[in-house]
Amino acid sequence: MSKILIRGAKVLGGEAQDVLIDGETIAATGADLSADGATVIEAAGQVLLPGLVDLHTHLREPGREDSETVLTGTRAAASGGYTAVFAMANTFPVADTAGVVEQVYRLGKESGYCDVQPIGAVTIGLEGKKLSELGAMHESAARVTVFSDDGKCVDDAVIMRRALEYVKAFGGVIAQHAQEPRLTEGAQMNEGIVSAELGLGGWPAVAEESIIARDVLLAEHVGSRVHICHLSTAGSVEIVRWAKSRGIDVTAEVTPHHLLLTDELVRSYNPVYKVNPPLRTERDVMALREALADGTIDIVATDHAPHPHEDKDCEWAAAAMGMVGLETALSVVQQTMVETGLLDWAGVAERMSFAPARIGGLSHRHGRPVSAGEPANLTLVDTSYRGVVDPAGFASRSRNTPYEGRELPGRVTHTFLRGRTTVVDGKLA
Amino acid sequence: MKRHLISAADLTRDDAVLILDTAEEMARVADRPIKKLPTLRGRTICNLFFEDSTRTRISFEAAEKRLSADVINFAAKGSSVSKGESLKDTAQTLEAMGVDAVVIRHGASGAPYRLANSGWIDAPVINAGDGTHQHPTQALLDAFTMRRRLVGRDAGLGKDLAGRRITIVGDILHSRVARSNVDLLHTLGAEVTLVAPPTLVPVGVETWPCEVSYSLDEVLPKSDAVMMLRVQRERMNAAFFPTEREYSRRYGLDAARMARMPEHAVVMHPGPMVRGMEITAEVADSDRCTVVEQVANGVSVRMAVLYLLLGGSEPAVTAPSRTEETK
Ligand SMILES: [Zn+2]
Repeated sequence: MSKILIRGAKVLGGEAQDVLIDGETIAATGADLSADGATVIEAAGQVLLPGLVDLHTHLREPGREDSETVLTGTRAAASGGYTAVFAMANTFPVADTAGVVEQVYRLGKESGYCDVQPIGAVTIGLEGKKLSELGAMHESAARVTVFSDDGKCVDDAVIMRRALEYVKAFGGVIAQHAQEPRLTEGAQMNEGIVSAELGLGGWPAVAEESIIARDVLLAEHVGSRVHICHLSTAGSVEIVRWAKSRGIDVTAEVTPHHLLLTDELVRSYNPVYKVNPPLRTERDVMALREALADGTIDIVATDHAPHPHEDKDCEWAAAAMGMVGLETALSVVQQTMVETGLLDWAGVAERMSFAPARIGGLSHRHGRPVSAGEPANLTLVDTSYRGVVDPAGFASRSRNTPYEGRELPGRVTHTFLRGRTTVVDGKLA
Repeated sequence: MKRHLISAADLTRDDAVLILDTAEEMARVADRPIKKLPTLRGRTICNLFFEDSTRTRISFEAAEKRLSADVINFAAKGSSVSKGESLKDTAQTLEAMGVDAVVIRHGASGAPYRLANSGWIDAPVINAGDGTHQHPTQALLDAFTMRRRLVGRDAGLGKDLAGRRITIVGDILHSRVARSNVDLLHTLGAEVTLVAPPTLVPVGVETWPCEVSYSLDEVLPKSDAVMMLRVQRERMNAAFFPTEREYSRRYGLDAARMARMPEHAVVMHPGPMVRGMEITAEVADSDRCTVVEQVANGVSVRMAVLYLLLGGSEPAVTAPSRTEETK
């Protein structure tokens, strides 16, 4: 069994310690551990985090392998410091049967870069009409516990209610893409000052907020657990805050791009900024940061949405929605949350590893404390690094990043998946 | 002036006045027996229309031909939004063919901006209407028409529309004409009021340089020009207003309403008019209505824009040469 000694890393941003990995597990932590027989990684000044967990990734396989595959997506994930990703169900075919989720699960195992936990579709074909075989997906080898029609909203209140109730039998959770469909017909960007000027169809904040309000009330009524995907408005924050204060079992995620970018960028008509939910206003961005800091929003999830060049190199209206995010997420969080003083690194670990693993039912293997006896899923970050984002270096098959040419802080130098390095010195192993 | 004309907001006051003054010169050409200038001889201009608009296309084409440009009409009907790569591909084809300017009409807001700013093409781009965004030459021809009527054909030269009160009525939400006019009229010093039911006013309008009113009757007596926008009947089905009748009653312009306008005030419409809905036949046919002039002025204004954007170094209009006169 191979041994690795990480020397002098600030564990969760705290005191510098040594961490000894032996095989698949952490053997010891502490001062001046023996390097005997171990490969030594000098990590002085770097921050050691539990391996990141992304509750919201689009891997595109099966069906859109030109955008991403499980292999390229998990390589991107490892580059970004992730050791587990939840793969969204909107593939072709849709992940609405045990067969498809098992296929994705198996591809993840084969890739070896990152654990892939499939998400099952709530309804057949994401059509919002009939429940998928949620139980069969849970009992499959993939052990699905998170269900989502992401990309589409489960807008029928009865279907949503039934789904929430049904998954209680096996501790599942419904992850809702909150988008009232009628209020967002023809929507191209956030509805507001910029959309009025640009003449682009507006996606009003209330289309998100009204669904969240409905769903937290449904969750309360049936005593279930609901998770809100990519929450993007100040009003949504208020509703989730209220729901939590009332004891409703709701969790919520925010994407890195909603923590940094605003709809002002759409003035360029550059479809790289086209995303669902859309980029909102400065006021929303600030409210999201605060909510992530105070725990109203539980986690950061990337909504990594790879698209081939042709789908973005066109006029705005014709372009696909979405941005890649796995490889830049931690940097954006460092810039928007850590360097602003809103979160410390322990807080980042909570929101990017512990909590997403907990919500997704993976916390027996991921999002574990950095201590002896735990699986060695770890991420080492050089937080002093500053660099300009160059998508040419991405491991993802797609390049649709909104950060091209932007300086972002921080760099993942090493990622460990069960003791094995998937990233070494910033490069994929 | 900027290299492209994408938005009315791209124009400074001086740019706009220069275009209007140049358009007056161009208009004189229309009064000649031979309505043609050699100005753009040897230049190729492509009218790239992804959306049907015979009126606008013919207006540009007439302007181009009067300036002696070679004209390519490219109608990419039905291929606009569903097939996203077509804009880029088409642009690159035109680039390879060496066109000197592209006039583009597109159903998607921002398509001309993308064409001008994505490195797909080098030639100047003129927006002939994009989605619900902008239609700058329409705003210019409207301003030209207003200046002629409210200030005077010769008296207007060098002048803007300072202090004039312009009312724009109808479907502001979906109107590129309204957006362009608000921008340009503000630049030219006019005071603009938008009038529409609240459902047809965009969220976010509060930052526009204009007033908003829900009552046409209150605004009419203090308007120097009233611009009626087309209201598409399908808006009714989308619940923007209850019935056509109710819309006409509250926001339509009929003779009784026109009588409440100051005597010098004009009625404008970008066309095509739906008589009976937003404007009655009586108003449309009255001599206070400028619809026909607007069409003629459109050609002059587009000649001016093409001439100025294509950087004519010689005077736009010279005394007609003998040979041309005797041809
Ligand atoms: Zn998504």
